[in-house]
Amino acid sequence: MSSKISPGGAPIVEVSELTREFGRRRAVAGVTFALAPGECLALFGPNGAGKTTLLRVLAGLLRPTSGDARISGIKLPGGPAARARVGLISHHNMLYEALSPRENVAFAARLYQVRDGGRRVEESLQRMSMLERADAPVRLLSRGMQQRVSIARAMVHSPQLVLADEPYSGLDESGARALTTLLRDLRDAGTAVIVVTHNLAEGLSLATHAALMQRGQFIRYDATDRIDAATYANAYRQAVSGD
Amino acid sequence: MPIGRRCRVTDTLRDAWVIARKDLSIEFRTRSAFFSAVVFALLGLVIFYFAWDPTAVSVTDLAPGVLWVIFTFSGLLGLHRSFGVEIADHAIDGLLASPVSRESIFLGKAIANLIFVIAVQLIAIPALVLFYNLPLGDVLAPLIAIALLAAIGLVAVGTLFSAMAVNTRLAELLLPMLSLPFFVPIVIAASQSTAKLLSGRPAAEGGAWIKLLLAFDIVFVALCTLAYPFTVDD
Repeated sequence: MSSKISPGGAPIVEVSELTREFGRRRAVAGVTFALAPGECLALFGPNGAGKTTLLRVLAGLLRPTSGDARISGIKLPGGPAARARVGLISHHNMLYEALSPRENVAFAARLYQVRDGGRRVEESLQRMSMLERADAPVRLLSRGMQQRVSIARAMVHSPQLVLADEPYSGLDESGARALTTLLRDLRDAGTAVIVVTHNLAEGLSLATHAALMQRGQFIRYDATDRIDAATYANAYRQAVSGD
Repeated sequence: MPIGRRCRVTDTLRDAWVIARKDLSIEFRTRSAFFSAVVFALLGLVIFYFAWDPTAVSVTDLAPGVLWVIFTFSGLLGLHRSFGVEIADHAIDGLLASPVSRESIFLGKAIANLIFVIAVQLIAIPALVLFYNLPLGDVLAPLIAIALLAAIGLVAVGTLFSAMAVNTRLAELLLPMLSLPFFVPIVIAASQSTAKLLSGRPAAEGGAWIKLLLAFDIVFVALCTLAYPFTVDD
């Protein structure tokens, strides 16, 4: 992943007027955006703003109520073809605690029918510095180590789109650094990345675009090179405090 | 993206086996549900044995009922665990976000549950023969066939209801409440055909019950596989 690819080309993610309702509540309300290969969207917003719901729709875990969402041109919910293109990282580690990191990542590799799976599993674990503990049961690992394994699991099939929902949760400084480097490398290699985070500095340094969500809507959507960090921090604080 | 997907049916079965292997690996590591089910089955046999009055009820009348009641309740212990392992740490999200079909997930869970139930039966049936001094001789092969047919039906229905109940607060109560009414035809057909076998009646007499088991299996394996996606797709 050393060669840098300039952002552009046909969008990997196209979202138009996407709405997701739970009963009467609109968790996502008419969201529109697109991401090309090599672009990264940082999603900010208070708890309950709809960030996780938006990611779950794009991951194929929830059906849109209305509107249109596409992954590489495949309309969601797009079944296995769309899900094969996505890597999901969550603040829940999504691992089997009785299995080892190697077994968890190998299981994902088999589900995604990864070619040369054995090598890819080792590479993914090495990337997250987990080779030394690769055979210990996951339940014996610290929260941060489990999160590293979870990231290795999500990356094993080289997804075109990475959805990262508060991926820094539980990571220590070195884990956070490894994750930032990984996401930056993926972005530079042409992967589209959407990252939900409460860390403005981290998110803005990584992203090509930033969106501020409140009550299911994008109240701001900007290219990060046009953002003034101080002004944006104020807007974020206002959104979080509900003003 | 180093992945390749080909034939839908081949992929469905292949993915199902990957999921079943994973579930069996987890059970092999922990063995918690298996030991619970085996101990439950053996305790059930012992309790029925001491409650039995051989002068009032013959062994060939009692044993089929004992076997299939124990089989049903010990099977429930394994079925409850089936989706329980997916809920901890939201592993089910990883599974549902992967490119495997929902049908593969159901079939994978069902295959693992079937192997689990058969493994419990492999201990419970010899224990029953030993406790009740059953004359199995010629009827062993048909009894194995009945056990297998009954296990398939129980697992198909139980796996579906396990998926439905697992996200509720009363999962341990809800699973038997939902499943048991559907298990009744299986238990009746299995115990009736076993009773005919053990009492040495002509094979044709039990044949109708075995056909019922077979029909139940075909209908409910198909129905439950088709219904499962509706329990997970929100």
